Amino acid sequence: MDYETLKLTWWVLIGVLLIGFAVTDGFDMGVGALLRVIGKTDSERRVMLNTIGPHWDGNQVWFITAGGALFAAWPVVYAVAFSGFYWALLLVLFAMFFRPVGFEYRSKMEDPRWRSAWDWGLTIGGAVPALVFGVAFGNLFLGVPFTLDEFMRSTYTGSFWALLNPFALVAGLVSLGMLAMHGATYLQMRTDGDLHERARKISVLLAIIVAVLFALAGVWIYVGIDGLVITSTINTAAAITPLDKTVDVAAGGWLENYSRYPVMISAPVVAFAGLLFTVLMSAANRGALAFIGSSLAVTGIICTAGFSLFPFIMPSSLNPAYSLTVWDVVSSHKTLGIMFWVAMIFVPIILLYTTWGYYKMRGRLTTAFIEDNKYSTY
Amino acid sequence: MISESLVDLSRLQFAITALYHFLFVPLTLGLSFILAIMESAYVMTGKQVYQDMVKFWGKLFGINFALGVTTGLTMEFQFGTNWAYYSHYVGDIFGAPLAIEGLMAFFLESTFIGLFFFGWDRLTRVQHLMVTWLVAIGSNMSALWILIANGWMQNPVGAEFNYETMRMEMTNFVEVIFNPVAQVKFVHTVSAGYVTGAMFVLAISAYYMLKKRDLPFARRSFAIAASFGFASIISVIILGDESGYEIGDVQKTKLAAIEAEWHTQEPPADFTLIGFPNQETMETDYAVKIPGALGLIATRSVDEEIVGIKDLLKEHELRIRRGIEAYALLEKMRRGDKSDPTIAAFDALKDDLGYGLLLKKYTNNVVDATEEQIKQAAQDTIPKVAPMFWAFRLMVGLGFLMFILISLSFYYSTQHNVETKTWLLKALIISLPAPWIACEVGWFVAEFGRQPWSIAEVLPTHLSVSTRSVEDLYMSLAGFIGLYTLLLIVEMYLMIRFSRMGPSSLHTGRYHFEQNHGGGAAIAQPQQAVKDQA
Repeated sequence: MDYETLKLTWWVLIGVLLIGFAVTDGFDMGVGALLRVIGKTDSERRVMLNTIGPHWDGNQVWFITAGGALFAAWPVVYAVAFSGFYWALLLVLFAMFFRPVGFEYRSKMEDPRWRSAWDWGLTIGGAVPALVFGVAFGNLFLGVPFTLDEFMRSTYTGSFWALLNPFALVAGLVSLGMLAMHGATYLQMRTDGDLHERARKISVLLAIIVAVLFALAGVWIYVGIDGLVITSTINTAAAITPLDKTVDVAAGGWLENYSRYPVMISAPVVAFAGLLFTVLMSAANRGALAFIGSSLAVTGIICTAGFSLFPFIMPSSLNPAYSLTVWDVVSSHKTLGIMFWVAMIFVPIILLYTTWGYYKMRGRLTTAFIEDNKYSTY
Repeated sequence: MISESLVDLSRLQFAITALYHFLFVPLTLGLSFILAIMESAYVMTGKQVYQDMVKFWGKLFGINFALGVTTGLTMEFQFGTNWAYYSHYVGDIFGAPLAIEGLMAFFLESTFIGLFFFGWDRLTRVQHLMVTWLVAIGSNMSALWILIANGWMQNPVGAEFNYETMRMEMTNFVEVIFNPVAQVKFVHTVSAGYVTGAMFVLAISAYYMLKKRDLPFARRSFAIAASFGFASIISVIILGDESGYEIGDVQKTKLAAIEAEWHTQEPPADFTLIGFPNQETMETDYAVKIPGALGLIATRSVDEEIVGIKDLLKEHELRIRRGIEAYALLEKMRRGDKSDPTIAAFDALKDDLGYGLLLKKYTNNVVDATEEQIKQAAQDTIPKVAPMFWAFRLMVGLGFLMFILISLSFYYSTQHNVETKTWLLKALIISLPAPWIACEVGWFVAEFGRQPWSIAEVLPTHLSVSTRSVEDLYMSLAGFIGLYTLLLIVEMYLMIRFSRMGPSSLHTGRYHFEQNHGGGAAIAQPQQAVKDQA
């Protein structure tokens, strides 16, 4: 496969991994974020945790693999983004520390203070990463204050607090809201009784909030945020670095792709349609369909962000010419090719056995089941 | 220039988080296979006690595994957060095994661990057995890929510098995978994990035997761990010797430091059993030597020589001088001179570019380095000898101690009289920390001995760091130490609590604490029962 096609393919594959992460681990994080909100009794919280008990660890690997794939396919992004967003990433990691131990240790002791402390840990482990991911994406649209020297060493000059600007916070709330909604639709499928009813109500509420915030972010980008446009000719088929181009700031630049490639409009359409479908199916008490609705919404929202930025990945506000793009952050032709085939072989296998795992563990969990199996469940 | 304290703090943070992560990894590697063996016994014999063994040791496995996953998250992202220039410079090669580790190993291990814990009633016996084996295979495959990545740092084969992208790029993936250093390291490391798993099960089973509780359970657990451990400890020792034999060039420096080999000796070289290495005088004081032994172990011959530190220093100084020329040519090319003679001249010298980069610690321009700076940079290529010398001897000593303990356990276990050997049972309990200490100091030897390089002879450690402030590092270090300490306390608390409770924690009604106290009350209050006993 030629280098240019591989570069584009890897943009798609990184997107697939991110969506895989958001659709699978996303509902785990959503369940965590809602743990104290809709789980009123200890048994209800245990039901919530046990619906994701057999799956959260496998789901979390989408996150780890997305990190590994960034390293292998987009080493420049891995280096510049993670060192620049140092505190944001550490905050995500510190919050996620509470998940594996929270799931595993929470119900090993009966002391209510112990359980309550871990419930807070799991709430933080679900809500904080969801919020920070959105904040990080929001900042991509605004541009990130980094620059590169002639040896490709990057320097980031912003602070952590500067990330928490109003637009990025709206993006963060979109992300938190959508993952919480996704967790709620998952719970609709896997629980019954009062918990199920609460999950239904909150799914509807969250879907409406997400739709409003997502639309608000779109309008904000249209009227208030400048985009970037590449002004030099880029040899997309060659090995180039982010130092080799010129870039202009253009009002409305982030929406240009939608007139250039009208097919990209499908992403926001799918997002809104998914949200609407989530509302309708939750109201109609069709949990599985509501879950499909929220999965589509998550996919549509992530694609909208990726499509709007294309071919940019991480714009620089200090020196827009050094912004990272799909064409100049990639690994060598050889590595991209090898990793492409590795992904083609292993992703289908992973999907196969993951599906088998979900199939084997299917069905609704009840508080009665938890009480009968209190020593062998989470 | 990059601040020294930033480099030191970044190294400290990596060392702490990596060593901490490796407190949990070896037990996962070993115990997962022990669980798979126990469950195979269950499926073949149908005896309930074997299923109880899988479930109980599986509980302890889970407590440990949770922290392995937690701390593993840090490792996947820390190259980016704290070693950004490293990530850019070698991501083209180093990133691939990390991504493959996720796709091939982590997904397998993590998907099936869920079914291992939750699938008992949903899967057939054979399906569940398969799940357990896949967990074991998955966790061991992850060790393979991460050690391929680590092996490449020690011996960077199959890659070449590209001046246009300013980084190393892969030329031969097969060479990266079959890197001899990586392969030997892999088998040595996983065997060390198997020994850790075996020592863990042996020590805790010994505790039940001393307390005379749940004897059939303890006996069977002990026997499986003893035989598995016996095979593993032999393989650790043999493969450890093999790692001594597989030496790349930087490994030569490492070997010389481990053995405090200051001078090149007439082959076969003597082995310094013990002594006090003195970096100032470049001599080992009060050395006790075994004639000819080092030559035999490290070269497996009587006539190949082992290069001493003094000679390595001279060689490295020459390479630094060539590295300066390579750097000058690189700057010329980066400024636009891409004529064939320049490129050819650079290609002839580029293997020494890394040595030139060592000078970046002293002067940003490299080409204007003074004689004194060159001498200093050459000195930097030799790691501190005394910590290497002692750490290595501690690891080997612990290895032989465990060899003796496990061999005896294996022998008496076949004689069916191990319960009467209370001295052995006590020794096993006291020696429980031994495999962890050996693993940690082993990693210390491997990685401290790699300094001053992050990628041997290619990229110095001090250039590899991210451009962050020293304050950032102090704060993140404090965050890691605080959270990790908290988590370790919780983990140890649960581990000790459930180990003491033993198989009674399964609440099957078949074990000690549920029978002694009779009736339903005891079953409902096992924690109380444990307290009474303790």
